[in-house]
Amino acid sequence: MSTDIAARAFDLDAPWRVHPQVSIRPERFGALLYHFGTRRLSFLKSPMLLRVVGSLADRPTAREACVAAGVLDADMSTYRSALATLAASQMICSRSSS
Amino acid sequence: MTVALPLVEQFPYGLDAPICLTWELTYACNLSCVHCLSSSGRRDPGELSTAECKAVIDELERMQVFYVNIGGGEPTVRPDFWELVDYATAHRVGVKFSTNGVKITPDVARRLAGSDYVDVQISLDGATADVNDAVRGVGSYDTAMRAMANLAQAGFVGFKISVVMTRHNVDQLDAFKAIADGFGAQLRITRLRPSGRGADVWDELHPTAAQQRQLYDWLVAHGEDVLTGDSFFHLAAFGDALPGLNLCGAGRVVCLIDPVGDVYACPFAIHENFLAGNVRAPGGFMTVWRESELFTQLRRPQTGGACTSCSAFDACRGGCMAAKFFTGLPLDGPDPECVKGHGESALAAVDSGSAPRPSLDHSHRSRPVPITLGRPAPVSACNENPLAGLGIG
Repeated sequence: MSTDIAARAFDLDAPWRVHPQVSIRPERFGALLYHFGTRRLSFLKSPMLLRVVGSLADRPTAREACVAAGVLDADMSTYRSALATLAASQMICSRSSS
Repeated sequence: MTVALPLVEQFPYGLDAPICLTWELTYACNLSCVHCLSSSGRRDPGELSTAECKAVIDELERMQVFYVNIGGGEPTVRPDFWELVDYATAHRVGVKFSTNGVKITPDVARRLAGSDYVDVQISLDGATADVNDAVRGVGSYDTAMRAMANLAQAGFVGFKISVVMTRHNVDQLDAFKAIADGFGAQLRITRLRPSGRGADVWDELHPTAAQQRQLYDWLVAHGEDVLTGDSFFHLAAFGDALPGLNLCGAGRVVCLIDPVGDVYACPFAIHENFLAGNVRAPGGFMTVWRESELFTQLRRPQTGGACTSCSAFDACRGGCMAAKFFTGLPLDGPDPECVKGHGESALAAVDSGSAPRPSLDHSHRSRPVPITLGRPAPVSACNENPLAGLGIG
């Protein structure tokens, strides 16, 4: 799936969480993510994105996680795109089934 | 939102913990590969004990090192090897271990297939027994193929086949890929370094200039299907960057813990000049990683020296530190395999015998020398031309 298609398909108003097989390591630039199942590494390119991802499971929707982390409306599409990329690589997943 | 530096500009300044940590558990090995990076063979009496290894794992867990690349020597010959693998995975430190396959029985393969946190990498340096065994020793091809068959039979999907590229196997790239595909495995190819015993055979085994181009084109055509451990970033000077970070990660994102606990800047640089400290010292590995003088120095902006004026410098960043060091080239000069040809002229100016030697040697005392000197193995059964594989004639 290309990032563009993923970004359109990503539902900001759905409940999300970090995949249970993913570890997050904070770094100065944001964080490193490692998925033990796919054995892939990803990066969170800002501390704010780390706050968003870290709070996904505690918020009813991804949009609310963004707002609570301080993401401005004008930046929402950038964050939506970042989250879509993380969803496409299974770093985050929907928690609608739980 | 925060405007951060592009990621690749962050990495040279170091991370709180390595991304890619190699840990060689023992210098003991049943084989005597002619290009062994760590000059392995005999166990060192000072190797870390089981308890000391577990203490290192505890520390890696605290530092959130996601996984370690375990090697040696042949790590599976350590009697506590499986105990340490289990200990690491129980502490959420994933393990990818490199082996020649000697201990990968059907039982072991089944056990490995059942774990999400263990990955296996089988070393194979020829797609045929003659090419492989000339480098790794008689019978090693059969051992590796049997191990891979056991893993595939046990349902282990996506284990790695790890190939060091030499003058004699560049023409076998498609054959290696076919072997990997046949086992449901993934091919990983890495660069031959003049490190350890590799220094003794590098001149005759490293790919020719024409083969470097062949290798680059093959990698570009296969993209992310084939892993490289970021090992060929010096080839980026041909044009497009290859997948990966395309930088020397030594002491910045990569390091090595050797069997006696010494921490080196990278697995290819076992030499006192690249020794940052020891995990047995107060403060352990974390202090070495975060505070050692050597790593601090490596994380400062580097100068490109003679390479700075080259149009390709932004692509290759001057190449591999270890390859330069062990061929006697200055660290701020060109890589010995510089695709612009600057390495060859620089090598010609190095006095014979003046290149630094590895600091340690655990080679078997009476090791066989299986390589046929003066006459490269034929590239294929029907091609006995002495220039075969040299890309000329």
